[in-house]
Amino acid sequence: MTTRLFGEPVQRREDPRLLTGQGRYLDDLGRDALAAAFVRSPHAHARIRDIDVAAALDVEGLVAVYTWEDLPERVGRALPLLIPHPALTHGRTAYPLAREVVRHVGEPVVMVVAADRYAAEDACALIEVDYEVLKPVVGLEEAVQGAQLVHEDVPGNIGAHLVQEVPAADGRGAREAIEASPHTLAFRLDIERSASMPLEGRGVYARWDGRDLRVYSSTQTSTSVRMAVAAALGLPLPQVEVIAPDVGGGFGVKIVHPWPEEVLVPWAAMTLGREIKWAEDRREHFISSAHERGQVQYVRVGFDDDGRVLGMDVTILHDHGAYTPYGIIVPIVTSTQLLGPYKPGSYRVEFTAVYTNTVQVTPYRGAGRPQGVFCMERTMDKIARYLGKDRTEVREVNFIRPDEFPYDQGMTFQDGRPLIYDSGDYPEMLRMIKELIGWDSFERRPGRGIGIGCYVEGTGVGPYEGGHVQITSDGRVHVSTGLTSQGQGHETAFAQIAATELGVPIERVSVVTGDTRRFGYAVGTFASRAAVVSGNAIALACRKVREKALRIAAEALEANPADLDIADGLVHVAGSPSASIPLSTVAVLANPLRYAFDEETAKATQFSGAASPDRPPIAEGEEPGLEGRDYYSPIRSTFAAGMHAAIVETDPDTAEIKVVRYAVVHDCGRLINPMIVEGQIHGGVAQGIGGALYERMVYDQHGQLVNASFMDFLMPYATEIPHVETGHLETPSPLNPLGIKGAGEAGVIPVSAVIASAIEDAEGFEIDRMPISPSELFDLRIARTR
Amino acid sequence: MEHEITLVVNGTARRVRVPSRRLLSDCLRHDLGLTGTHVGCEHGVCGCCTVLLEGQPIRSCLTFAVTVDGAEITTVEGLAPGAGLLSPVQRAFAECHGLQCGFCTPGFLCTVTALLRDNPAPTEEDVLEGISGNLCRCTGYQNIVKAVHRAAELLAEET
Repeated sequence: MTTRLFGEPVQRREDPRLLTGQGRYLDDLGRDALAAAFVRSPHAHARIRDIDVAAALDVEGLVAVYTWEDLPERVGRALPLLIPHPALTHGRTAYPLAREVVRHVGEPVVMVVAADRYAAEDACALIEVDYEVLKPVVGLEEAVQGAQLVHEDVPGNIGAHLVQEVPAADGRGAREAIEASPHTLAFRLDIERSASMPLEGRGVYARWDGRDLRVYSSTQTSTSVRMAVAAALGLPLPQVEVIAPDVGGGFGVKIVHPWPEEVLVPWAAMTLGREIKWAEDRREHFISSAHERGQVQYVRVGFDDDGRVLGMDVTILHDHGAYTPYGIIVPIVTSTQLLGPYKPGSYRVEFTAVYTNTVQVTPYRGAGRPQGVFCMERTMDKIARYLGKDRTEVREVNFIRPDEFPYDQGMTFQDGRPLIYDSGDYPEMLRMIKELIGWDSFERRPGRGIGIGCYVEGTGVGPYEGGHVQITSDGRVHVSTGLTSQGQGHETAFAQIAATELGVPIERVSVVTGDTRRFGYAVGTFASRAAVVSGNAIALACRKVREKALRIAAEALEANPADLDIADGLVHVAGSPSASIPLSTVAVLANPLRYAFDEETAKATQFSGAASPDRPPIAEGEEPGLEGRDYYSPIRSTFAAGMHAAIVETDPDTAEIKVVRYAVVHDCGRLINPMIVEGQIHGGVAQGIGGALYERMVYDQHGQLVNASFMDFLMPYATEIPHVETGHLETPSPLNPLGIKGAGEAGVIPVSAVIASAIEDAEGFEIDRMPISPSELFDLRIARTR
Repeated sequence: MEHEITLVVNGTARRVRVPSRRLLSDCLRHDLGLTGTHVGCEHGVCGCCTVLLEGQPIRSCLTFAVTVDGAEITTVEGLAPGAGLLSPVQRAFAECHGLQCGFCTPGFLCTVTALLRDNPAPTEEDVLEGISGNLCRCTGYQNIVKAVHRAAELLAEET
């Protein structure tokens, strides 16, 4: 049996459990726990005059009702601003329960705890909150006018303003370079709101035993929830453990923490001495979690006769919703990743992030990149159109060449580090995507168009992740890492890494993620970073364990460690398979014992003769056990890339838009498991098509989210998603031992740009707004004929 | 008002007291402890809560438990032929990577089990139509469609 599993399409080890109903998601736990439910604001902006809970008190099964005034000072504080930034001059976060003012529909106002969810919701319905309704701020343009304020102390509703500029080689600024260019174009682009929308909402379940607090949360970061909860509740960190059980999708929204419920449910569990659980329902998820996308971009570009960009100037209005717990990561990512595989002669980008009385905006898969790529790729298409050139030709003249890596874009990336691309081959990728879609042989006709979009994605951001690997005396390998899983197949991919590094069958490897009892130091799962950062940490930890195993085995086999290899769980002398010792025995020898509990461990007891009486059983500098821990902390992000192309058909009468073909060429460095990577791409593309053609958050002028259900927020079914054709290019990352780059977000990033490009090609007029529905396309046709 | 009802779940008769308004999904999950059936929207759109009622796929989140007193119900826990085994549909989903987070999967498995029983050799269109009442946010459906065809093959091999 081969143990070289890295790179193989190994079937997922989590599947048997998930296929038989044996998964354990948040709401599957705590069957006997009390249930929490929340009274949420029905108004987008209002002052709370009074809360009358009297009628709720008679509800059978009611246990407790809490408003902000009932919370201890520490618990009632504003939630933390997770990622401060000097440009975020007016960062604001919510209180766990609304204090005096509510700033979006869905903001929690009262928490109810009852025997079950039915009773808790009965009580919620009877609680009367008297509101003084204030005028809401809805929409980006209304927000920047600043006539009404979301936060009284934030003038002009402006939370942050940031300018980054990369001057031309001759030192001229981008604006000057544009003025001096042979050709210039100026235009506006719009992208609407969408959301992660995992099929499992958020949820929290807490148990307090009088000394220790255990919190289960459907989160993308259990270690950070742990620190936030310990801080909010004033508990010593070692007395708090947080576990992410099976999580039914995240896509970004569950990286935010602590959510109000992550503070309130554990606090109430401690206060009442009872187990308490809250599971978000779908409407709550729409109105009280987080959204993303939502930008207006003003672009000015200067270029030469070949389409080479000499200067680009982008001004972005970014809608942050009511609060900024996640800082300004999304517009920073837009500003920097907008550059894609290109090297404009000069670049200036400025964004203003404004508050509105809507749900807060935090990263959703792609995290600002889809907006940036939309901007750059629309620009490339417009230049091609203006010059009468093939769209791929204009892209190609602007590409960074393969011999220019590492390539410094001269900006500061979302991790505070320089935006330096590590590796890539964009011309080859373009050749591959053109061949895959049949770009050169495409037969254009009215109502049938082809489009293309390119992107570069900074993945695997730091600061670090760690891995712990333990081989027990039964020969099993136990791997743990602190970051969490929401369907990415980490139990499989990380097991492939460990099996390959250690030379053991994958069946003997088990992987635990997101459980602070097993691994306490971690950052979380976001930014396509799990495989890169935890994957490498686990590989490094395995290498430590391997080295120790060889050392102990060498002594037992009276051989030189350098002559030893491990295969199929056996340490053997290279070229002499009979001289071998199983890892299970090595694990026994690694832990000198006084007491035996089975035949195997008896070999390590004090009268077994295994150890020399002339030295301590544990040598200086050694530790008992065959285990190791290591960390991987990348110097900076690694840059994956991809190019997508699509063929669409538009109906001449109904303006229905049909994606006929969709092709992806993707480069995420070395692949750990191609089956899983392809699955990630398929899923990303489907979310991208949702965002391009169907999904949007529709707020009315009162700040009501009028489509807060799956009946009106149109996520695609199987019938809406085309077959995705994929091709892989592997340019290994030189930054990490395994040579890998992240893949999680890739699929979604360029889709709106690609679909806009193809519709534009089919219709013959420019598409500057996404998503686009048939009725909007119809209206564009009408407007054009007028 | 509470009712004493009997549900024959995965072949076993289960007696349970439920209030009139108890949803079948909540009854299965919280009263009977069969948490494999998931709830994704509670308004009948996502299909996560799909179970088989007398063999037919239904939304358990839109069904009051009391209205199916005496009925036979199959949940994801009852699809495999035995402990440690997988049904052909389950095997095909694993083989084709037809699931990622797994939250929508029980609904798909129930839907597809009924689909292939009624139509053992579905066309591509039959498959798309057959699963068009179930949302998945992870897979982009491509591998689910592949899994349905593969399951049809596995079922054909078995008979």
